[in-house]
Amino acid sequence: MRPFRYERALDESTALAAVAEPGARFLAGGTNLVDLMRLGVESPEVLVDVTRLPFGDVHETVDGGLRIGAGVRNSDLAADDRVRMRYPALARALLSGASGQLRNRATTAGNLLQRTRCPYFQDVTAPCNKREPRSGCSALEGVHANHAIMGWSERCVATHPSDMAVAMAAFDAVVHVVSRDGGRVIPLEDFHRLPGNEPERDTLLEPGELVVAVELPKPTYGTRSTYRKVRERSSFEFALVSVAAVLLIEVGEVAEARIAIGGIAHKPWRAHVAEAALVDKPATEESFRAAAEAELAQARPLRDNAWKVELARETIVQTLLELA
Amino acid sequence: MAEAELVQITVRVNGEEHTLLVDTRTSVLDLLRERLGLTGTKKGCDHGQCGACTVLLDGRRANACLALAVAHDDCEIVTVEGLDHPLQDAFVEHDALQCGYCTPGQICSAVGMLAEAGAGWPSAVTRDLVRPPRLDADEIRERMSGNLCRCGAYPNIVAAIEDVA
Ligand SMILES: Cc1cc2nc3c(=O)[nH]c(=O)nc-3n(C[C@H](O)[C@H](O)[C@H](O)COP(=O)(O)OP(=O)(O)OC[C@H]3O[C@@H](n4cnc5c(N)ncnc54)[C@H](O)[C@@H]3O)c2cc1C
Ligand code: SF4
Ligand code: FES
Ligand code: FES
Repeated sequence: MRPFRYERALDESTALAAVAEPGARFLAGGTNLVDLMRLGVESPEVLVDVTRLPFGDVHETVDGGLRIGAGVRNSDLAADDRVRMRYPALARALLSGASGQLRNRATTAGNLLQRTRCPYFQDVTAPCNKREPRSGCSALEGVHANHAIMGWSERCVATHPSDMAVAMAAFDAVVHVVSRDGGRVIPLEDFHRLPGNEPERDTLLEPGELVVAVELPKPTYGTRSTYRKVRERSSFEFALVSVAAVLLIEVGEVAEARIAIGGIAHKPWRAHVAEAALVDKPATEESFRAAAEAELAQARPLRDNAWKVELARETIVQTLLELA
Repeated sequence: MAEAELVQITVRVNGEEHTLLVDTRTSVLDLLRERLGLTGTKKGCDHGQCGACTVLLDGRRANACLALAVAHDDCEIVTVEGLDHPLQDAFVEHDALQCGYCTPGQICSAVGMLAEAGAGWPSAVTRDLVRPPRLDADEIRERMSGNLCRCGAYPNIVAAIEDVA
């Protein structure tokens, strides 16, 4: 690991000033950044520790939503009564991620900003456009059985690994960000990017910007939600495919549907096509299957991951059935 | 190559206070093992994947390998050497180990896990997210999934924890 300077920020303005130095990066729980530093994938010159900033709590907003501080630990968020009662898909997504030990360290912002688990990205000897722009993508023709089936580009076929972000996308969350020039609010759905020509950029966040909170709108009365994660072993493993669904059913018909899919793209994939196909349809397996198929008609599987299309379809159907 | 950066920190380890100068790159795991001679905490993977390095940081279980020592100035650390818990006897009684390499991490993790369940935290296998969970074998397995055991002593590890839960 390359030597680096360590600075502890106690408030936003010190954090923003410190991160403006060349080669400076924010440090939260460190469960992704320290790992990548040890692998040589990241080599910051300065780490600005933001874990002692006063953004470690969850509170209700005036319009009945929930504002989650960027520093809230994943375990505390999953255990929060309001999350368990009103946003069960989020509690389940958090609880299905990593391990008890890691969730005790991992933070809201760090989880959103964790990097891909593409093995070539983590191997500094392999060409990878995300790690080293214009060096090539080893996965495109290499080992890519667990890579993207939606929205990828020739430059990068990686997926985003977060479970939490998938549930947040289904709840129409927004991300609050500050910089030395002020603040902005980014819909979570747009926060993560598709790779396009710049796979080195995972998100819309600019250098020097600090995530301060994620806000969830008030859920519509009567909606139900859940999260389903399919993986190679039953615990402590990243998703092959995951689905977060929020459903409102009125007299047997779907009144509202919000679905996000994990493990299939460079970002949590909001299934707008499936959502539109579901509204006003009977809440039956037949409609769920038709909606899933409509969404996945856009899929472009790679040489070795066509199985993911089928897995995604079945996972969508099973998740919706659980809520029907 | 930039020079090593040294920072002074103070930590309390198993109740004893230590003030020392650390390289910013030092993990809590290396601090314990290399600087303080507390070799009970093990290094398995150094990447958060095995749980052998689990300790209690400010009362909560965490992987010491991914925690930077500089970021833990003022922290209260408890390692297996500092524990006096019925789980330790239960592990012996149930023969919950073979080589023993994962055991300190298993025990620290289980101590943290019991406190989490005691506080009513749900897990990925908890059916009803709202009511406090009951710690049966399935719950224990899920909550302990961050601790791998190369020897496959899992059935006895779960039995030992069930005994104390
Ligand atoms: C073995 C293992 C298994 C895992 N399994 C899963 C899994 O199944 N599902 C899953 O979702 N995740 C999994 N993870 C990933 C884990 O969830 C992330 O490592 C964690 O959420 C990162 O949070 P952190 O606070 O530790 O971030 P850090 O590592 O501290 O930071 C991550 C990134 O976020 C940036 N950052 C942090 N805070 C801010 C801020 N406030 N503003 C701007 N930038 C910021 C940092 O600069 C860095 O680039 C796993 C990790 C490991 C090691
Ligand atoms: S898929 Fe993306 S992250 Fe993986 S090797 Fe290709 S460019 Fe790198
Ligand atoms: S050594 Fe820390 S998790 Fe393996
Ligand atoms: S007892 Fe040998 S690794 Fe668990």
